Amino acid sequence: MAQDKTLAHRSGGGAGARTGMSRAARRRTAMILTLIGLLVGAVFAGAPVLWMLSSSFKPNPEVFAYPPRFLTESFTIEAYTSILNDPRQLRFFFNSYLVAICVALLSLLVAVHAAYAFSRFEFPGKRLINVIVISVQAVPPVTLLIPYFGLIVTLGLYNRYPGLILTYMVLTLPYAIIMMTGYFNTLPRELDEAARVDGTSSFGVLWRILIPISAPGLVSVGMYTFMLAWNEFLFALTLTRTDNMRTVPVGIQMLMGQHSFDWNQMMAMSVLGSLPVLVLFTFFQRYFIGGMTSGAVKH
Amino acid sequence: MSKQTLEAEPVVKHAASLSSTASKGVGRRTFSALGFLSPTLILLAVLMALPIGMVIWYSLQNNVITNPDPEFVGLRHYRAILTDPTFHAALKNTAVFVFASVAAHLVIGLTFAMLLNTRLLPPWVKAVFRAIFVLPWLMTVAIVAVLWRLIMNPNGVLNYVLDTTGIISEPQEWLSDPRLALFSVVLISIWNGYPFFMISLLAGLQGIPDELYEAASVDGAGPIRRFSSITIPQLQPIIISMGLLDLIWTSHQFALIWMTTGGGPLDRTEMLSTYTYKNAFMQYQFSTASASAVVVLVLTALLAVAYVRHQRARD
Repeated sequence: MAQDKTLAHRSGGGAGARTGMSRAARRRTAMILTLIGLLVGAVFAGAPVLWMLSSSFKPNPEVFAYPPRFLTESFTIEAYTSILNDPRQLRFFFNSYLVAICVALLSLLVAVHAAYAFSRFEFPGKRLINVIVISVQAVPPVTLLIPYFGLIVTLGLYNRYPGLILTYMVLTLPYAIIMMTGYFNTLPRELDEAARVDGTSSFGVLWRILIPISAPGLVSVGMYTFMLAWNEFLFALTLTRTDNMRTVPVGIQMLMGQHSFDWNQMMAMSVLGSLPVLVLFTFFQRYFIGGMTSGAVKH
Repeated sequence: MSKQTLEAEPVVKHAASLSSTASKGVGRRTFSALGFLSPTLILLAVLMALPIGMVIWYSLQNNVITNPDPEFVGLRHYRAILTDPTFHAALKNTAVFVFASVAAHLVIGLTFAMLLNTRLLPPWVKAVFRAIFVLPWLMTVAIVAVLWRLIMNPNGVLNYVLDTTGIISEPQEWLSDPRLALFSVVLISIWNGYPFFMISLLAGLQGIPDELYEAASVDGAGPIRRFSSITIPQLQPIIISMGLLDLIWTSHQFALIWMTTGGGPLDRTEMLSTYTYKNAFMQYQFSTASASAVVVLVLTALLAVAYVRHQRARD
């Protein structure tokens, strides 16, 4: 009985269903209400994405057909083929992949060492450095943009990959460190102790013992930093100048700025631009959500 | 974080006793810890501390970046932006945009999390719905902006749906009507941002022990009472820290505004981020832009202090 009410409560339904109904009927009502809620939510979340997909398979004149049709009779993949045959647009994707992969790897490399220090060492100033790392997440990108522009130009990195990669490393590092520290904290300390008693150096403990068993943590951190770099717009817009250096988000904006832009092509590009993150997430979501929430949820 | 590190102390002591003298052991540990942190510290110093110093310095001068010899003018640029009506509009719009978005993220995120936490449906059904609910968050903001421009186009599908269901009587210019533009960008921001809350709150809900609900039921608490006296207090730490993070992130939002309305029409969707960007990279008023960038930094810093203190209290 008590448990049953818990279930009704947890389903979000069951409100006011306490009078006169049998237990089974109440359960069924709660289930139906829950399903209705989930379906409404799914329409809200999913319909725009489906619309993007459907528009990308329409010939351009039909994108704004009235009344709008979800499934067009003149289904076509021309939007995709024209992107795949346009070296300029392919270059946007190449740039995005290159930058995001480099950022994910480099950020991970730096973060693993910092997280090891936070997780396994006591040292003066630890709390302060920790606070600084957390606070860096909160620095507004637009505040950094102006001095970065000056710095990157001075360093001769304007409109070049290293300029973007360096910038994104700093933006992603706090997240990577916090997530990785959380992961290292879940690994038993007996491992390091045993190795240290055997005379392994701290560096050896990290590389030979902790990193080999940290695949889930490394994957979720790498994915998250990849995603942040893949999605970044403001710095990519400001620190690059020429078409051959633009990333996908800025490329989309440039296509939009042209007078006669093709909506079906824009949508096809959006679908292709969403794919890497969707694919990564599908494969690694268990690690990913675990890593994301480890910082947020503490028991 | 520090909870775990406190537990590490015996290990440190143990390691220290292994080496010839305790102090030497601890000293060496400190030394190697700082060694492991050095790449991070160097990066943060050069690309975080230095730029923040630079932007403050820029804001106190004239002729920065574009001119080789700047002159010191004190707080003149701050006076200039504080008396600029566009800046006031940006401040007000940012506040509306941020608070409306975050409040909706919380409500929708919690609702979806509770629906997903049901035991009345098989796990695979919940997995499918969870995947759908997470979709908006996995989309690049630039893509979200373009997609909603298509949907909110006067001839687009949103007007069609609302028209045929009788909710509106004539097609609306969602993104170019001064009365609607801010509402529209908030709507897009809500759609794009709620999953972050949802995921965290779902993890939080799964961590609430069943015994609490059972005990409450035995005491005769109804579903509403259980929600207000168990669910909300148990989730409170997550709600506060996610809420502060979300406030910070939403206040930084640039791409979404830039690619839908560009801050228009008539400054109705101008945000602090777009205002600063336009000043710097469209009008080349780098000093004025730096002053507003510093104001944005100070406002965010207040939220950041609250967040850090809250995290500290939880550790």
